[in-house]
Amino acid sequence: MSFRTPLSQARGLGSAKHGVGHWLSERVAAVALVPLVLWAVYSVLRLAQLDYFGATEWIADPINATLMILTITVSFMHMHSGMRVIIEDYVYSHLGKATCLLLSLFITGLAGALAIMSILKVALGGA
Amino acid sequence: MSPHLQVWRWHVTMLTSILHRVTGVGLYLAGLIAAVWAIALAGGADSYSLFLVVMASWFGKLIFAGMSLSLFFHLGNGVRHIIWDFGHGLSKEDASASSFAVLGFAIAATGAVWAIAFMMGLL
Repeated sequence: MSFRTPLSQARGLGSAKHGVGHWLSERVAAVALVPLVLWAVYSVLRLAQLDYFGATEWIADPINATLMILTITVSFMHMHSGMRVIIEDYVYSHLGKATCLLLSLFITGLAGALAIMSILKVALGGA
Repeated sequence: MSPHLQVWRWHVTMLTSILHRVTGVGLYLAGLIAAVWAIALAGGADSYSLFLVVMASWFGKLIFAGMSLSLFFHLGNGVRHIIWDFGHGLSKEDASASSFAVLGFAIAATGAVWAIAFMMGLL
């Protein structure tokens, strides 16, 4: 057992060498989302004109399917990393923080996977 | 609660700072709605028609209004953050000016998209 304070133990060790990873990946996703989200706005306007059959035809176009899957994937990564910062800022208890972080990861992971599988199913003609 | 909220004079950079979080949470929900869209489409004609009916209702339009305003604010302010990350626009004057610019952009872009939707006969 050490009687040194946590600060004195950490002092002089330098950084953990992975601090910049989350910061950087958050920004990479953000930059990718600028064009993707503008395309998504255009697509929502387009899809609002179409019924079920029009929408299945629209998503069967490989460009639309690919951009939609990319938009969902990058958005959900960005949603997760953004919500993570909010949880880390506002949830103080250790257990509460871990619970919220896991919950957000599972929600984005499950909803994102379901969305991508759904797009693939329709795009590949299974609908 | 941070003490600055009680003792500092209100400033527009405070508004855009917290709005980035608020709209981020809103867009988290919007992302989940996008997932519901894909799941409804894969579910077939009935579930997709139900999705369209809900989103075309006044409640759905209210959600679209919130999503579009949140999206354009978060997009504009996100670009502002990226510019900051390169070390530009960090003075008090620049940060205030860009706050107003982002708010203006969000309102203008949202208005433009809704005008386009109206002209397309979607409303």
